[in-house]
Amino acid sequence: MRCGDFKTSYAADMTIFESGTARVMLGLFFCLLFTLPLYVPGYLLDIVNRIGIAIIGAIGLNILTGFTGQISLGNAAFMAIGAFSCGYMGTKFGLPFYICIPMAGIITAFFGMFVGIPSLRIKGLYLAMATLAAHFIVEFLVVKWESVTGGVAGLSIPAPKIGSFSFDSDAKLFFLIFVLAIMSVLFAKNLFRTKVGKAFVAIRDQAISAEVMGVNLLKYKLFSFGISSFYVGVAGALIAYQAKIISPETFPVTVAIDYLGMIIIGGLGSILGSIYGAIFITLLPELLRMATSALAGSFPELVNKLAATKELVFGLLVIIFLIFEPSGMAARWHSIKNYWKLYPFSH
Amino acid sequence: MVQLSCSDIHLSFGGVRALSGVSFEVNQGEIFAIIGPNGAGKSSMLNCISGLYNPQVGKVMFEGQEVTRLPSYERTKRGMARSFQNIALFKGMSVIDNLMIGRHLHQHAGILTGGLYYGQARAEEIKHREYVEEIIEFLEIQSIRKAIVGTLAYGFQKRVELARALALEPKLLLLDEPMAGMNHEETEDMVRFILETNQVRGITIIMIEHDMGVVMDISNTVCVLDFGKKIAGGTPDEVQQDPHVIKAYLGEEDPEGP
Ligand SMILES: Nc1ncnc2c1ncn2[C@@H]1O[C@H](COP(=O)(O)OP(=O)(O)OP(=O)(O)O)[C@@H](O)[C@H]1O
Ligand SMILES: [Mg+2]
Repeated sequence: MRCGDFKTSYAADMTIFESGTARVMLGLFFCLLFTLPLYVPGYLLDIVNRIGIAIIGAIGLNILTGFTGQISLGNAAFMAIGAFSCGYMGTKFGLPFYICIPMAGIITAFFGMFVGIPSLRIKGLYLAMATLAAHFIVEFLVVKWESVTGGVAGLSIPAPKIGSFSFDSDAKLFFLIFVLAIMSVLFAKNLFRTKVGKAFVAIRDQAISAEVMGVNLLKYKLFSFGISSFYVGVAGALIAYQAKIISPETFPVTVAIDYLGMIIIGGLGSILGSIYGAIFITLLPELLRMATSALAGSFPELVNKLAATKELVFGLLVIIFLIFEPSGMAARWHSIKNYWKLYPFSH
Repeated sequence: MVQLSCSDIHLSFGGVRALSGVSFEVNQGEIFAIIGPNGAGKSSMLNCISGLYNPQVGKVMFEGQEVTRLPSYERTKRGMARSFQNIALFKGMSVIDNLMIGRHLHQHAGILTGGLYYGQARAEEIKHREYVEEIIEFLEIQSIRKAIVGTLAYGFQKRVELARALALEPKLLLLDEPMAGMNHEETEDMVRFILETNQVRGITIIMIEHDMGVVMDISNTVCVLDFGKKIAGGTPDEVQQDPHVIKAYLGEEDPEGP
């Protein structure tokens, strides 16, 4: 029987995965995860891949909004920048994906830092407005700057290749996406147990005392914009490879709102929450579609009405979580886990 | 040796004159108390020293260098630390992490080493965790080290705020009403911690406090503010005898009045 956690050194107290059981569970989970392409059909794998990309993007947004407290509606624009810079480097210069993806991240990071400059002066809703403005500027540029983006016709992206091996199917892309997703999770986890990540949280909780404690606010806010946008840019690059063709319509402002929904429902300021949110919000329209087609036989007149339910359900869920569980699904999970840790003697 | 000197500080907010021409000097290693009625300008004075407010006129010198226009994180780098009248902790973080922010300036890991938890970043986290644990022991808050600060009782929060300031390893500590709102026992503990901070760690302390008993007991020098002006200064005994102080504290009975 487990009866609590006892540690004998600070190093042990500071590990990411708290117990041996957690490590074993995690090992099993990885075995299951990386054999998914063996038994999951292609069309479902496409959804799984989109979940993997959403995890990277949601962690990125959570770093900025959930951990540093800077609201951003520029997420879709940052994603577009990642996707188009990746696509441009791949098609125009023939660069391989293992250069294009990190470069897309870096380019997006610089753009994100530029957009973040006003954050020293403006906060909350005003910052949301400024980032929204950035979104529309990028959208405009994507349409007009045809020589780079292909304009409204879009840009078609060749499959990523390493040597003669080509990631040309969902099953192959799966590995690329999930290796990057796992790296993203680990990097973020580590970031928040060291200096830079803690400074982000301090800025969120009490900006003035963070400054008095020696945190350079502008520098660290820009770091946060940079790291966050790097993640989002990488997610954008992966979307480009997965979608194979990208156009201005691939990144509408509703994508930014979906991502905000992910981190609100999953849990602001929680890495695990970003994962839950990414899974949930990606699955939501699929589940609704399945429900609709199941009902189509018996109630054909309902189908048209149900088609519009995605936005409604999404909106309601966000409101419900904001009111009843502001710390998101991650907090729910945490309390359930703590209960079982001491079972049957918890009180 | 003079560690901090403020000369002719003037500060106003629009029409409100919070400070008009305040000057004083604080010696290395002493406990310096600032007292005065509500709204006298005590917190404003502390904010001018720590860099949250910029006085329109006047000069703040710290360890021989002018710091009047420096941002507050620069002053922290040079050895100042402070607590706030209305607790300003990082409410969503644990006690340990609040104190680890105090080690921010002593740590050097960047984004990459931190994100990989590799080399310097890892060694540094463990080393500074040890320092933080030493302060946790000093202030007797072991039992709450993992608690999220926002969930703690008021008295504990005040103590954690002192701990966080000490984690900076400051040379000068500014405390804005460290005992306000505490019961008798908590006040006694706090007095003990402040004295030990001063005597064992050799940290100079500037403290705003309303509890006259405490002020007269532990401070070396007292500065009295009223309506933004310094009306008296000196040892606790001198200040207690001062007619201006008696007048300010006992109200408006003007001795030369009708
Ligand atoms: N940020 C500010 N904006 C406008 N006025 C301010 C500001 N800070 C202080 N003041 C004004 O300056 C004067 C001095 O305030 P201060 O907070 O320094 O007083 P205090 O001596 O600390 O009082 P207390 O004992 O109530 O804490 C008050 O009239 C206050 O209203
Ligand atoms: Mg005050």
